Amino acid sequence: MLRFIARRILIAIPTIIIVSVLVFTLQQLLPGDPVLTMAGEERDPQVLAFLREKYRLDDPIPLQYFAWIGQVLQGNLGISLRTDIPVLTLILGKLPVTLELAIFAMIIALAIGIPAGVISAVRKGTAVDYAANVVALSGLSIPNFWLGILLIMLVSVRWQLLPASGFVPPSEDLWLNIKTMIMPAFVLGTGLAASLMRHTRSAMLGVLRSDYIRTARAKGLLSRVIILKHALRNALIPIITLSTLLFGELLAGAVLTEQIFTIPGFGKLVVDAVFNRDYAVVQGVVLCTAVGFIVMNLLADVLYVLVNPRLRHAQ
Amino acid sequence: MRPIFMAAAAAGLLIGTAASAQTLRIGLQEDPDVLDPHRARTFVGRIVFTSLCDKLVEITPELKFVPQLATEWQWSGDNKTLTMKLRPGVKFHDGETMNAAAVKVNLDRARTLPDSLRKSELGSVESVDVVDDNTIAIKVSRPDATLVSQLSDRAGMIMSPKALAAPDFAQKPVCSGPYQFVERVQNDRIILDRFKDYWDAKNYNFDRLVFTPIPDTTVRLANLKAGNLDILERLAPSDVADVKADPKLVFAPVSGIGYQGLTINTSNGERAKGPLGRDKRVRQALQLAIDRDVINEVVGQGIFPPATQPFPLASAFNDKKFAESKRDVAKAKALLKEAGVDRVKFELSFGNSTTTQQIAEIMQAMAAEAGFDISLRPTEFAALQKEAQAGNFDVNAIGWSGRVDPDGNIHQFVTCKGGLNDGRYCNAEVDRLLNEARSINDDEKRKALYDSAQAILQDELPIIYSYYQPWPFVVAKKVEGFKAYPDGMIRLKGVKFAS
Amino acid sequence: MTLAIAEDVALPKKRGRILSKFLRNRGAIFGAALVLFFVLVAIAAPLLATHDPIKPSFAAIRKAPSALYWFGTDELGRDVFSRMVIGARASLLAGVVSVAIAVLLGVPFGLISGYFGGWTDAVISRSTEAMLAIPFLIFAIALAAFLGPSLTNAMIAIGLSAMPIFVRLTRGQVLTIKAEDYVEGARAIGLPNFWIILRYILPNVLPPILVQATLTVATAIIAEASLSFLGLGQQPPNPSWGSMLNTAKNFMTQAPWMSIFPGSAIFLIVLGFNLFGDGLRDALDPREN
Repeated sequence: MLRFIARRILIAIPTIIIVSVLVFTLQQLLPGDPVLTMAGEERDPQVLAFLREKYRLDDPIPLQYFAWIGQVLQGNLGISLRTDIPVLTLILGKLPVTLELAIFAMIIALAIGIPAGVISAVRKGTAVDYAANVVALSGLSIPNFWLGILLIMLVSVRWQLLPASGFVPPSEDLWLNIKTMIMPAFVLGTGLAASLMRHTRSAMLGVLRSDYIRTARAKGLLSRVIILKHALRNALIPIITLSTLLFGELLAGAVLTEQIFTIPGFGKLVVDAVFNRDYAVVQGVVLCTAVGFIVMNLLADVLYVLVNPRLRHAQ
Repeated sequence: MRPIFMAAAAAGLLIGTAASAQTLRIGLQEDPDVLDPHRARTFVGRIVFTSLCDKLVEITPELKFVPQLATEWQWSGDNKTLTMKLRPGVKFHDGETMNAAAVKVNLDRARTLPDSLRKSELGSVESVDVVDDNTIAIKVSRPDATLVSQLSDRAGMIMSPKALAAPDFAQKPVCSGPYQFVERVQNDRIILDRFKDYWDAKNYNFDRLVFTPIPDTTVRLANLKAGNLDILERLAPSDVADVKADPKLVFAPVSGIGYQGLTINTSNGERAKGPLGRDKRVRQALQLAIDRDVINEVVGQGIFPPATQPFPLASAFNDKKFAESKRDVAKAKALLKEAGVDRVKFELSFGNSTTTQQIAEIMQAMAAEAGFDISLRPTEFAALQKEAQAGNFDVNAIGWSGRVDPDGNIHQFVTCKGGLNDGRYCNAEVDRLLNEARSINDDEKRKALYDSAQAILQDELPIIYSYYQPWPFVVAKKVEGFKAYPDGMIRLKGVKFAS
Repeated sequence: MTLAIAEDVALPKKRGRILSKFLRNRGAIFGAALVLFFVLVAIAAPLLATHDPIKPSFAAIRKAPSALYWFGTDELGRDVFSRMVIGARASLLAGVVSVAIAVLLGVPFGLISGYFGGWTDAVISRSTEAMLAIPFLIFAIALAAFLGPSLTNAMIAIGLSAMPIFVRLTRGQVLTIKAEDYVEGARAIGLPNFWIILRYILPNVLPPILVQATLTVATAIIAEASLSFLGLGQQPPNPSWGSMLNTAKNFMTQAPWMSIFPGSAIFLIVLGFNLFGDGLRDALDPREN
């Protein structure tokens, strides 16, 4: 087992290196001039030259890359060109917000997805199954930002039930914090609920078809007991691993959701940074997200092998 | 777990009620950049500075200069020295005293800090001398009529010299304004608290200001309606009717000192060589093809007053004789014929926003009737600037936030070496007139010079102005005494909640 | 169009059974019908449009739906229905072309990576993982910004961002098929690699790719809409559903029809592709009955 984990970590290292190169190249490709953007309406050539030098923007690109990577390895992600705030501070400040959003969304997704999947599998082929399937697919098909706009329009503007946007730290006002999180988490969670439901359904179907469930049925055990105690427990294994993977996707999906609900999280940070050409922030945030994603993947792999001892030999 | 949450909730509730009584919440269109007046560039940043950092000179809604940190000022006979008397007994937020030495440190920093964006604004300043504790003398290398107006903005904001010495000043700025810095959460909020020792503290009524950036105008308004904000800046024109109909809101627009328009590439590289760049008659035809009233009605819902010159309506330098803006398709066609072209093709680049896009689409449709085939090229703002400078454009839709002194709205855009002259328009006579106009202090003589320059520019049209940038504020009914200024800043003197 | 491809790739002897299985799936039929409907609308767009979709009409700004303007008018007085009909082309094109790009680039890489293994595989796999690690939308935003805002560039950006999924999927399939007797046999006789890949591996890899492609079209349509929503997709004055939504969000309260109709259209077409892809998957899956 340890060897397997070690191997997986070893494989992750080149991936992370490629990510860093990719991130760096991608942003070099962005049109526009960060210094001009920074200078805004005041285009004093002297100042522009100074800023270029300060941020080493005139250095050859490979040199810039190594300078950056060198700093990153020392734990220094740089300073935001736009606000002077250290990137690490920004990330540490935004991460809890996005995490909270993602966790809320995950809870909503699990609460909808798993029961719906179970019911739909048990009632396979009935109207209930069809209905659940259509609803789930609808959840997958509805564009996030459109759903967000519709909700703001109805729930906030027309009915004035929930705040339209913004974020209140839970330490300041927990109730308000929850109120501001409900809509964005719901929007973010719908797509996820749909995929969870579909995976739960197919996992449940697989388990229900298996021999030991048939035996249990033959023994005359109550079907509810069978479903909850035996079938669901076995079906949950792939679902848990899947959830870890989906969690990474959630973080990515937060980009648009945060944009719509003006939630000051990771996604908004990076989108704004891309548009403002705030190089240090783009690099830092995307690198962190990617590393997070890779770690999640690793975790999912390990988890999967842990719960499926048979796979260990296959590796 | 639960008790902690409950306690937190209860505490939050307490803070909530205590703070809401006298907390003014302001919705901004974007997150400000660095909170250092010498290095900052955003408009929203200036809004925050207005409450945070006092300037030497303040302006009135009529764009007159009045005392703030400087109580009086006078030019020497040769117009080479500006002597300012400072308000005595003013404290910075850190308790330090604001005096002539502090002003000198600030002005010198603004002129010499390598990444200061105020250098060109104070370009004429040769030296700053402390005369006595409350008097400062600013020597200029050439007479500079714009200097006082520069000191009424970021270049004239005075920060605590002691705090300036810290490397992270921008993260906890210290000035002498009515409110002091408490906290900033990037993209989320900037909090300022009342400064008890402010020299005019009795006229400022709020205990706390919270600035929240909400880029989406609809969402910003939704927050105001839901009571999460008290004031917002830059309402979308499409929401004007809605706001006017809402009894809980007050619409407070003001026509600004900035403008929107089209910069034409007249001599910046290859792209200047089309008929539009070469022939002023083609540009005149383009101007005649555009109906500014339609832009005002359709896009601006009546708050985009047509502009035909760089000087705002409120300015003494605005002249009615340049205000003609009637659309005349027949005349436009005749001009094109005279210029020997049948249909003119060009690309219109513009920054990606709903309003500019709408205007570009309208212009495209209107100009088509006169013989122009415009292709639209929305560009991200960051990319637009670079392309503009590199001459990679035919026509750019641009805006200028505006300056109080007329020089700031014209000189750098049309003089041969002007820093913002993207089309590289160059006319020696215009240069001469505008250079002279910035060096004399007599308003009447200046106006005559600007009029002569405008007469040339109106004929050659390196820039076609379209409308004056309005600053449409919306305030909650309970906020009393708010007055919108043409510079778009939010001044809170005398503003309070209805009791 | 999509249907035709589906028939080509299904293995000949199973074709009849797969088709009948697909036809028994009501959801899939509904999905296919939805897709077909929008494809027809896109083709017949100029005939269906009741007004000029581009030309502003200042007398009819933001009119509510009526007999004259079925879906109302937009902020410049253009007919929303006509714009949506024309916009169907951009949205469908965005979905199909970007997936085509992703498949045409991703499948060869996956084939090479899976078939040859070794260093080639290591390099391709690590790069794929790296690309997958960067959030899809951020990747697409950066690429679209680099290429400059336009529909074509948005399609390229989405295509490139979606590519790694196909590399990974193809590679996985190849690994399974490579172990089959007939492939081993072909190698033993010394058939050229190129021929083995083309003749024996590719046909067997295609069905799951096809399913994934159909589902990815759905994602790509949403991605185009998202990019347009951020101003990086279809450019004015030409409509796409995403760009219409982008403008409409500023008029949510005054003109809800501006956002409701294009939003519903995106929802329906994506639903169609999802149902269709699901049906395909079930039909092609030998385990399902």
